[in-house]
This record gives sequence, C-alpha cells and structure tokens, in this order.
Amino acid sequence: MTQLSQKHLLGIKNLSEKDIQLIFDTADNFKEVINRPIKKVPSLRDITIANVFFENSTRTRLSFELAEKRLSADVINFSASSSSVKKGETLLDTVNNILAMKVDMLVMRHASPGAPHFLARHINAHIVNAGDGTHEHPTQALLDTYSIREKFGDVAGLKVAIIGDILHSRVAISNIFALQKLGAQVMVCGPKTLIPKHIKSLGVQVELDVFKALQWCDVANVLRIQLERQQIKYFPSLREYSLYFGINLPMLKKLDKEITIMHPGPINRGVELSTDVADSNHAIILDQVENGVATRMAVLYLLASQKQ
Amino acid sequence: MQKRLILNPELLSVTLHRLCHQLIENHDTFEHTVLVGLQPRGALLLDLVATTLQQLTGITCTKGYLDATFYRDDFRRRETPSKAHQTKMDVVVEGKKVVLIDDVLYTGRSVRAAMDALLAFGRPDKVELLVLIDRKYARDLPLAPDYVGKAVNTLASQKVLVQLEKEKQNKVWLINEENDAA
Repeated sequence: MTQLSQKHLLGIKNLSEKDIQLIFDTADNFKEVINRPIKKVPSLRDITIANVFFENSTRTRLSFELAEKRLSADVINFSASSSSVKKGETLLDTVNNILAMKVDMLVMRHASPGAPHFLARHINAHIVNAGDGTHEHPTQALLDTYSIREKFGDVAGLKVAIIGDILHSRVAISNIFALQKLGAQVMVCGPKTLIPKHIKSLGVQVELDVFKALQWCDVANVLRIQLERQQIKYFPSLREYSLYFGINLPMLKKLDKEITIMHPGPINRGVELSTDVADSNHAIILDQVENGVATRMAVLYLLASQKQ
Repeated sequence: MQKRLILNPELLSVTLHRLCHQLIENHDTFEHTVLVGLQPRGALLLDLVATTLQQLTGITCTKGYLDATFYRDDFRRRETPSKAHQTKMDVVVEGKKVVLIDDVLYTGRSVRAAMDALLAFGRPDKVELLVLIDRKYARDLPLAPDYVGKAVNTLASQKVLVQLEKEKQNKVWLINEENDAA
C-alpha cells in the first residue's frame, strides 16, 4: 500500500493499522532526510499550507512549520489572537477566505472538539487536525507510537500506561486509539476526578495508584495537568497532586524493571515529573520532539501525494 | 501476457563482467570513486557490480544507496504514489567521482531525480551513469548513459523486468502487456 485511506487526518479513530504503518515507514525515510547535511527535499514545492491556530501552541506549530519547510512547501501562519475572528467572523468564513488565496492544505488547531470534522464537510483542501479541544491530537499520538516503535522495535504486545489528566487530554484519546490499533495494552491512571466516567468502554484498564501503574507498564506516557481547561477544582492543590501522582527517580529505582518515560510537553517540572526523571535516560522526551518533525512530514507528504 | 527473455543468467553474467572491466578502465583503483545504486533495483545491481569488482580486482568499493522518491517530478500526478525506500549514504560525495547505477534507463526522469537527490550529499567532481538495460529512443530528457549493459528497442506499451533477487536466477525479460498487444 502506498496511499492513505483518508483524504484528511482528522483523528486516529478513522485510520487503519495499515495507514499507521505506512505513515511510520514513510517517517523512517524522512528521519534520514532530516539528519542529512541538507535537510530538505523538494516534494511539496508547488503546495501551500496554512497553519491555522485558534488556540495557543509552541511545539506543535513549530514542528508542523519545520516539517512543511523541510518538504519545501510554502507556509502561511495564522493565529486567532491577531485576526478578524476577534471581529466576529465565523470559522467557515475565515477558512474560506484563506483557501481563496489558493491554499492546498490546512493544519488546524481549535478549542472546539469536531471543528476540523465540520470543516472537512465543507471545504476541498486536505485538513490535518493539530488538536481539537479535548477530542483528538492525531499527530501527537503518531509521534508517540512511532517513538515507542523506534525504542522497542514494535508496539504490539507492549503495556503502556497513560498517567495524568485523562479527562481533558486529547493526547490520551488519540494515544489510546493508536496504541490499540497497533496491538498494545493500555492503562490510564490519575486522580479519580480526572478519569472520564466511561473510559473503560474503550477497552482500557483503569488504575488509581500511580506506583502500581508503573509496575505494570513498559512505557509510561505522562501528561500535563491542563489547568487552563479546568473550570472547577478537580483536586485540592498542585502540591497534593505531585505528592500522589508525581513520578520521581526513587520510585523508578524501586521497580524491578526499567521503564521508558514519555511526555508530550510542555512539562511542569516538579508536578507530574521530577527534574531527575525528566533528565534521566529513562526519558525519551527529546526523541519524541525529533520524531514529531519526521512523522508530520510523513503525514503531509502522504496526504499531498493523493492525485488531484 | 507475452514474455521474451532478453538476458539469460549466463549472458547477464558476461555483461556484468564487461561493465566491471569498463569501470576498472576508467576508475583504476576506485580510490576517488563512489558507486551509488538507485533504490530499489539499482541497489541490487550495485551489490552485484561491487561483488564482481571485488572478485576481479580485490578492491572493496565505497557504496551508497540512494532513494529519489522525494525528488520525483511526477508527485501528485501518479494514480498511485510511488513508495519511498531507504537511503543509506554513509559516504561523502564531495569531490568524488560518482557512478549512478540503475537497472533500466527509460525516460530519464528517475535519473534526473537521482542527480537532484545526490546533491544533498555534496558536490561530486563527476557523475556517470551505468545501466543494465537502455531502452533506446525513449528519453524525455537530454540524458545519455556512460556504461550500457544492453540497449534494446522497445514500445511504450512494453515493460522491461529485471530479476536480480535470487543468485543464479538473474534474468531480464521484455514484457508485452496483453491489453496493448495490438
């Protein structure tokens, strides 16, 4: 198979296992490209991509922009805070205005779940979801699972624990879909108030004791507490969260095996991860960032390669 | 589907030896030479050439495997996108004589893409082209090979199939697609 089954990347849920493997195989090639002296290929030289961010982002946006530039695409950036959205323009009008300038692909982040799905029904350009509210963040899940595959050779059969604020995390949902499609077992762990009520219906295990979760897993993907999305208090204080759910080096040393620590960033040092863990050789956090560029190049390349 | 054998294993071996002798004639000790195989099938031919050169001269040549998929000019224009293969260029081509190696030369577009891809690894002194099969009068671009195994007259409806996968089973076929048989 040399083609994705989808026209857009809206979420991991719509991808097949073959799609994910194709993205991984293509990302392998791009990883070699970004480690060359000249880190650029001309594939997307006749394509214009708009990065439309209605919500703040540093890493994802930089990573997408770099991926686009490494593929020689023309890039325009748009952020809601400095745009006419503030003057009352609708999402569809804003996007149609951008597309009227002959843009071929759209990378969008939006605070409302389903925003890219809505757009996909109304516009012709390829859409890549860079995070829609608390719903999905597909490229993050792809780079996470790609990093696991790189470290372990295969994702199938591994045990992965996702620890932290599951309720507000699009990274968690996309990771659960991706890991399960690739044959891994998934556990979620966090304060009871931050675990969605029906999460078990996705076929994941739930654990409230972080040490037990660490004992069970091969890989721990640790998430940030998303205070900006929490309208009410879900736990008494960050200090208390860190005491009960924070991961530190003595805990990892107590385990009878070596586990791998991942984090999608940004890290709140001293809250979910202590500094000694974040900087230890258990962590593959910076590998994730490097792989982010390669996997995003693969996604953009594969979507763009579909015949017009 | 009609198949006609163009090169049988014995003849292919003779051709390969001739190509290697021609390379030796021009590259002497291969000290400043890098052999680069184009993925996927040029890479297999490269391995055969390198092994034969080793047998003939005892010299181990510097090798590189190059994939030019991301440099092709038919991106977004093909029904099914072409699949990328591994690039393994642990060599410096800056100031070297590079011999690009591919199985079949047809329109010349793959070779153009490969020359583009090659420049990402430095500026070679000279680039030459070695092909096992040259499909004559079919070039879309002003390109000519330096070393040719066999030049054949073909129709656009025909395909050349090079089998190099199995040792001793190396063969080259000319295939007529049934639909275009007329």
